[in-house]
Amino acid sequence: MGRAWKYGDDVNTDVIYPGRYTYKQLSPEEMAQHALEDLDPDFIKKVKPGDYMVAGKNFGMGSSREQAAACLKYAGIKAIIAKSFARIYYRNAINFGLPAITIDTDKIDDGDEIEVDLEKGVVINHTKNEEYRFPPFPENVIKIIEAGGLIEYVKREIGKN
Amino acid sequence: MSHTISQKIIARASGLKEVEVDQIVTPEPDWVMSHDNAAAISKTFKKIGVEKVWNPEKIVIILDHVVPPSTPEYAQNHLDIRKFVEEQGIKYFHGLNAGICHQVMAERGHDLPGSLILGSDSHTPTAGAFNAFAAGIGRSEVAAIWATGHLWLRVPESFEIIVNGKMPKGVYAKDLALHIIGDIRADGANYMSVEFRGETIKDMTMASRMVLTNLAAEMGAKAGIMDYDEKTEEFLKGRVLRDYTPVKPDEGAEYQKRREYDAGDLVPKIAFPHTVDNVYDIEKAEDIDVDQVFLGTCTNGRLEDLRVAASILKGKKVHPRVRMLVFPASWEVYMDAMKEGILETFIRAGALVMNPGCGPCLGAHEGVLALGERCLSTANRNFKGRMGSKEAEIYLGSPATAAATAIKGRIADPREVL
Ligand code: SF4
Repeated sequence: MGRAWKYGDDVNTDVIYPGRYTYKQLSPEEMAQHALEDLDPDFIKKVKPGDYMVAGKNFGMGSSREQAAACLKYAGIKAIIAKSFARIYYRNAINFGLPAITIDTDKIDDGDEIEVDLEKGVVINHTKNEEYRFPPFPENVIKIIEAGGLIEYVKREIGKN
Repeated sequence: MSHTISQKIIARASGLKEVEVDQIVTPEPDWVMSHDNAAAISKTFKKIGVEKVWNPEKIVIILDHVVPPSTPEYAQNHLDIRKFVEEQGIKYFHGLNAGICHQVMAERGHDLPGSLILGSDSHTPTAGAFNAFAAGIGRSEVAAIWATGHLWLRVPESFEIIVNGKMPKGVYAKDLALHIIGDIRADGANYMSVEFRGETIKDMTMASRMVLTNLAAEMGAKAGIMDYDEKTEEFLKGRVLRDYTPVKPDEGAEYQKRREYDAGDLVPKIAFPHTVDNVYDIEKAEDIDVDQVFLGTCTNGRLEDLRVAASILKGKKVHPRVRMLVFPASWEVYMDAMKEGILETFIRAGALVMNPGCGPCLGAHEGVLALGERCLSTANRNFKGRMGSKEAEIYLGSPATAAATAIKGRIADPREVL
C-alpha cells in the first residue's frame, strides 16, 4: 500500500526531470532529488518508497530522456497510473522496470492509499474501498518489470541459455 | 476478424496468425536501424554480455547526424561505430557518403513494403510511405534487439486520415502535414498507427508521401503507413534488397479514429515557435524577418524540394541579411541535383550548398542560431533550443516558402513568386 501523488494532464518530461540535468552524469540518489522539481518541489521531501504517481492524460509528453522515468523509480515510486501516457515515456518506464498503468484516474484523489496488483490487473483504492481493473500486463512485460528493466531482463534471459 | 495494415505486419513479424489492438507481442524486426547513436548503443550492447549480434544482416547503421564529425568526441563515436561494424560483420553500414538515415533507408532498398522496421530515431515512421510498419524506439531497446532479435511492442490502434482534392498551386505535402498537425495537435495520434489514404495521397510522389509519414511522428504516432501502389513499385525497382509482400487492410478493418481533409482549400502553412502544432496560415507570418533559411532534412531535403526552391531562386539573389543553407538529404539527391544544375542555381543565388546529412537540424553543427535569431526551416521540429540558442526562433514551412523567404528576407508566400 502506498500514497497516491496526484497531478493533472500533460505532465511533461521537463517538469519531471529538468533539461538542465539531462546531460549530467548523476547517481540514482541525485537523480531522485530532482524528480518533479519544477512541478512540486515538496514531492521529493515527502514521497516514501512504495508510493504511487497518479496523473491525467498524456503523462510524460516531450523529450525521450530516459531519466524522466528513472528519477521517479529512484524516488521510490512503485508504479505510475495515468489516463494515458506519451508513447516514448510509456516504453521508457517499462524498460526501466516501472509499471505504467492506464486507467481512468478521476476516482483517485491525492493522498488516497492505493495498491496495485500487476498480475491480476487491478488497482485497489483502500481509502475509497474501490477497485479499478486494467488489462493485466503480459507475462514478458511483468518479467521485464521484475528484472528491474529491459537490459537486466535481457541479461538474465541470455544467462539462462 | 478484419485487420489494419499495421496489425497484419506486426502479426507476421511476431509469428502469429492475427493480433488485436492492445495486445503485447515480441516481433522480430526485418531491419533495426540506428545512426550516430550506435556508438552509445554498442556500449550498452557490450554490457549485456553477448559476443555477437543476433543477425548482422538485419542491422543497418547510417552515419548522418554529425557528418563529418565536428569535435573529437563525435569523431571518436564514428570511430567506435566503424570498429563495431567490422568486429560484428554488420552488412549494411552506410558511412559519410550516404545521407540522412531515413532517406538512405529508402534509396538503398531497406524500406520494403510489408516489413517491420524499428529504429533509434523518432522519425523512423518515414519508411511507412513504402507500406512498412516503422516505429522509433529507445537506445536500450536497440541494444536489446541486437542481442536477442526481439522487442516487445503493443499493437497500436489505427487512425485513418483520408485526404481528397487537388492541392492548389504553391501548396505542398508539408503544408498539408502542418495543417493536419495543427488540427489534431501534437498528441492527436498518440500510440496510434496512422494510415494515410485518399486521392491526394495517390497523386503524390513518393518524396511527398514521405513528408507525411515523417511528420506522423509529430502527431505522436507510433507509425504512419501508406498503401502500396505503382508509384511505390516504380521507386523500389532495382533498389530492394529482398523480396517483399505488400500489405493491404482487410475490408472492415477497425479504425479507432478517422479524419477527412479536403486538400483543395489549403494555403501555405507555418508552424510558429516553439511547437509543431502551433500552425497558422502563412498570412499571419508574412512580416517576420529571418536571419537564416534552412532547406533540407529528412522532411524536405529531397530532389523535388530542391527543385521547387531552385525554380523560385533562379536568376534571383538571396537577401543580403539572410544565410541560406541547402542540405541535400542524401548523396543520390546531391548527385541528381548537381546533374540538373540545381546546385548551381543555389550557388549563384548566394546560398551555401552543404554536404548531405542532418546539418543544423539537431543543433550540433553546420549553421546553428545565435541568441535572438530567427530561422525559416523545412525541418520537422521547432522546439526551443533545437537549432542552437534557446533564445532563437524556428518557423517551419515548405521548401517553396523557404525559397520565397530567402529572397525577401522575411517569411513570404510562395504563391507570389511562383
Ligand atoms: S534531419 Fe533532423 S529530424 Fe531528420 S533524422 Fe536528422 S536530426 Fe533527425
